[in-house]
Amino acid sequence: MSIILDHVSHIYEEGMAMEHAALKDINLVIPDGQFIGLIGHTGSGKSTLVQHLNGLLAPTSGSVYFNGADIHEKDFDKKKLRSKVGLVFQYPEHQLFEIDVFSDVCFGPKNLGLDKKEVELRAYAALKQVGIEDEYFYQSPFDLSGGQKRRVAIAGVLAMKPEVLILDEPTAGLDPKGRDEILDQIAKLRKETGITVILVSHSMEDVAKYVDRIIVMNRGQIMFDDAPKAVFGHYKELEAVGLAAPQVTYIMQALKEKGLDVDTDITTIEEARIAILKALRG
Amino acid sequence: MLRDITLGQYYQADSVIHRLDPRVKLVTTVCFIISLFLVDNWIGYLIAGLFLLMIIRLSKVPFKFMIRGMKSILFLLIFAAVFNLFLTPGEVVLSFWKLKITREGIRFAAFMAVRLVFLIMGSSIMTLTTTPNNLTDGLEKLLGPLKVLKVPVHEIAMMMSIALRFIPILLEETDKIMKAQIARGADFESGNLIRKAKSLVPLLVPLFISAFRRANDLAMAMEARCYRGGEHRTKMKPLIYRKADALAYGTVACYLVICITFGKILL
Repeated sequence: MSIILDHVSHIYEEGMAMEHAALKDINLVIPDGQFIGLIGHTGSGKSTLVQHLNGLLAPTSGSVYFNGADIHEKDFDKKKLRSKVGLVFQYPEHQLFEIDVFSDVCFGPKNLGLDKKEVELRAYAALKQVGIEDEYFYQSPFDLSGGQKRRVAIAGVLAMKPEVLILDEPTAGLDPKGRDEILDQIAKLRKETGITVILVSHSMEDVAKYVDRIIVMNRGQIMFDDAPKAVFGHYKELEAVGLAAPQVTYIMQALKEKGLDVDTDITTIEEARIAILKALRG
Repeated sequence: MLRDITLGQYYQADSVIHRLDPRVKLVTTVCFIISLFLVDNWIGYLIAGLFLLMIIRLSKVPFKFMIRGMKSILFLLIFAAVFNLFLTPGEVVLSFWKLKITREGIRFAAFMAVRLVFLIMGSSIMTLTTTPNNLTDGLEKLLGPLKVLKVPVHEIAMMMSIALRFIPILLEETDKIMKAQIARGADFESGNLIRKAKSLVPLLVPLFISAFRRANDLAMAMEARCYRGGEHRTKMKPLIYRKADALAYGTVACYLVICITFGKILL
């Protein structure tokens, strides 16, 4: 059970003056249960890449396999694929439309042709998973705050019980508190259900704490694909393409230069605290 | 599929047509449309077609791009042609069951189709080679004399430019919303007419909400910059006619004369 991208390229506006290659020869294996951070600055091709994973975009060349089957074969059931690979877009405003939160979340499972009871059970469970309280269930989704809207949007996809959950910039436009809340919720969700999660972001800081693999995109190509610590080791190269390692990595580098004996491949504040205390005591 | 609608889009290129004064392009388009409705024989349409082809070649807009724009009106085209084909009275050429095809019907249907195609192509080439800003500047200048009659020329031009500006934005938005709903299992293609209409709700609600929000934001941004309509407003780049524009006017005049002479009077 996995997603495999085999030599995938995607060219927008092929043959036109605005032609440009958004993806260039991408090879990728996404095994079950991984928590992946997909990072790149604006225009690096990360959004294009995730839209290939659930068949919204077809590659100009190359193939995409889901559980061993080519998703662009004629008899492949795309609708089923989209229930298995759930994609939540950046702006919740693009998908909320119902009169209340609960019916909006019901939209996904209803499209799968489930009976009413099952649909409602799934919607309820999904809303609980993202931490939306009962009191919001019958409010208009348009009256919610930015963070709540985003949760409802995520619930709308979760209710289809996907095996892979892709979140395109789930924290864009949120304040630090809202950002941490959503990311914590996603981490908790993954722990409970064991689904594969792909977190798309342009911020290293966001993902460093949570993911176990980071894919860095630059100009439509994969630049690094490794564990967070290994990726942040290349912080000089990351800076060159407009990305940065988490700030705490820089602090550890500076401490090391000043003669304090600490590890420099630290990526979270908690790790840094332990390391600094150890160095001071030791 | 939505990206196929080229009407109202701008195609970035550096060509003679792109550099022309927007007034010239507006007048030319109007003249071209008038000529399409005046001529009623094949020679006239041939001349109009050649003229159009020449402009498309000069504009450096790929022909493929123009054809792609035609796809979106294919339905309208077939609809109009079929109705003309069967419902025009006259000399019967072919009849089966209750349907009759007449000589006049064939002629009408063919003319109608050619006319529609040329009409859309002619107006697309104008919007493809002129930025919305330029276009409205031109329109405002052209309609200027109407100010005497208390016609709010500037406001009309402004509304038009905003409308034009929003076409690509809303198209892109529609594309995104569609993708977001398809990712949730929405199906916009299958089912009967009623189901299809129903399936548009998840698309239209977010689209309308976003359109209203954008309109609101725009109004706010304009007010914040003290926008108050046309009075005492000066232009950073006022429109001035150059040699190429005069030449273009001359060409258009020649075209009109030739087209009408051959397409209307002679035969």
